[in-house]
Amino acid sequence: MITSTEISFSKAELERYSRHLIIPDFNIEGQRKLKAAKVLVVGGGGLGSPMLQYLAAAGVGTIGIVDYDVVDDSNLQRQVLYGLDSIGKLKVEEAKARLLSQNPHITINTHNTLLNSDNALDIIKDYDVVADGTDNFPTRYLVNDACVLLGKTNVYASIFQFEGQVSVFNYTDAEGNTGPNYRDLFPTPPPPGLVPSCAEGGVIGVLPGIIGSLQALEVIKVVSGVGEPLAGRLFLFDALSFTTRILKVHKDKSNPLTGENPTQTELIDYVQFCGVPAVEGATLERPDKDLKRKTVHDLVNYREQGVDFQLIDVREPYEYEIVNIQGELMPQGEIENFLGNIDRQKPVIIHCRSGKRSTNVIRKLESEHGFTNLYNLEGGVLAYVDEIDNSLPKY
Amino acid sequence: MAKIHIPTPLRKFASNQAIIESAGTTIKDSIATLTDQHPELKKHLLDDTGSLRRFVRVYLGDEDIQSLEGEATPIDEKSVISIIPAIAGGKQ
Repeated sequence: MITSTEISFSKAELERYSRHLIIPDFNIEGQRKLKAAKVLVVGGGGLGSPMLQYLAAAGVGTIGIVDYDVVDDSNLQRQVLYGLDSIGKLKVEEAKARLLSQNPHITINTHNTLLNSDNALDIIKDYDVVADGTDNFPTRYLVNDACVLLGKTNVYASIFQFEGQVSVFNYTDAEGNTGPNYRDLFPTPPPPGLVPSCAEGGVIGVLPGIIGSLQALEVIKVVSGVGEPLAGRLFLFDALSFTTRILKVHKDKSNPLTGENPTQTELIDYVQFCGVPAVEGATLERPDKDLKRKTVHDLVNYREQGVDFQLIDVREPYEYEIVNIQGELMPQGEIENFLGNIDRQKPVIIHCRSGKRSTNVIRKLESEHGFTNLYNLEGGVLAYVDEIDNSLPKY
Repeated sequence: MAKIHIPTPLRKFASNQAIIESAGTTIKDSIATLTDQHPELKKHLLDDTGSLRRFVRVYLGDEDIQSLEGEATPIDEKSVISIIPAIAGGKQ
């Protein structure tokens, strides 16, 4: 790593960063540290958008972006880094172009890949600080474990609907004491299907802007050494009630990486880890194993051939209003109130948006109520729009 | 009665309430009262033996109950209990 004393600034840079340079507690020394820093942003989406813009604007010298996705129109509700002309293009490339047009004095590295156990250490090792803005539990644990194994600070933020969380994990202070990490707070992930993703549960558009900006602030504080990073603390924001809280996070003696008897010294299979039921001793079973399925083409054939079947939509009423394929609406959370409406003889095809919730409903109806005639509509409404009727909206 | 903050992902199992008052003298009592009032919450918070699930963090004020007396931590009428969920959103 370049030490900040070797860093110098051009006239253009000094003018650009003048509002930083005149803060007594930040000044040119803080700016030197920003320019010397290498920060990796994992996820160029809702949290990544504001974070990348502020980190680039602030003058973080080298910014890496990990993302494998392309920009979709439905991203633009909150991913303010992108525009209409970005749709269909790689996020990492679009982000790079926009950030460099905002600040040409920095370097942007693009990693157009899905972070996984094979590449994470290799990508992360070249950076000083990691900012986790991903959207799933396997990657959350992967980023955490890689940061712990490599001794990097992990600036964490997460959002769901109207709720946000921020913390600084694995931060080593000036005395050399390293704070708690993600596994100290959440030793095990929730079982699959319990906590819906933002794609299923939604997120209010401004929230990632707020939480991603707080995340950028913590990155800048960690890098510049100014202020007290949010280490050992968890910040919570509830947008609905405009309540903020800060809770303490302690080290957990049973943490497999940093506890009293560490058992994990390398990265693991995080998809499997997060697929394991939280109840110890339970067997690992993929949630869709043995599931009976129908494709959207089967559905169309049934209709054309006049087959006697029932189509049930287990989404919420407000989703039904966006788009529906003439299923009978029986929301997942209220399915037990509809038991008498679900046929037990003829084929019953159950669908949701993508196929996840309908899988859960079928599992429940089969195991708790003895149904044997249920089929999951593969890919749900999304597949129907893609493969059958393109005039319907996707969401 | 103590107040329990219900996080967004669990509110649909708690009549969409953000804060619920719950009787009891310990965290365990209070959670038991809560799950009696809202049975749908039970499987999300408690395992088969009635203990809190490992992925659910419960706080009393700003302190993790694991740093206090766990589920036996005493509470009073002014206690504010928070259930902290693991949420993972951010990129999508």
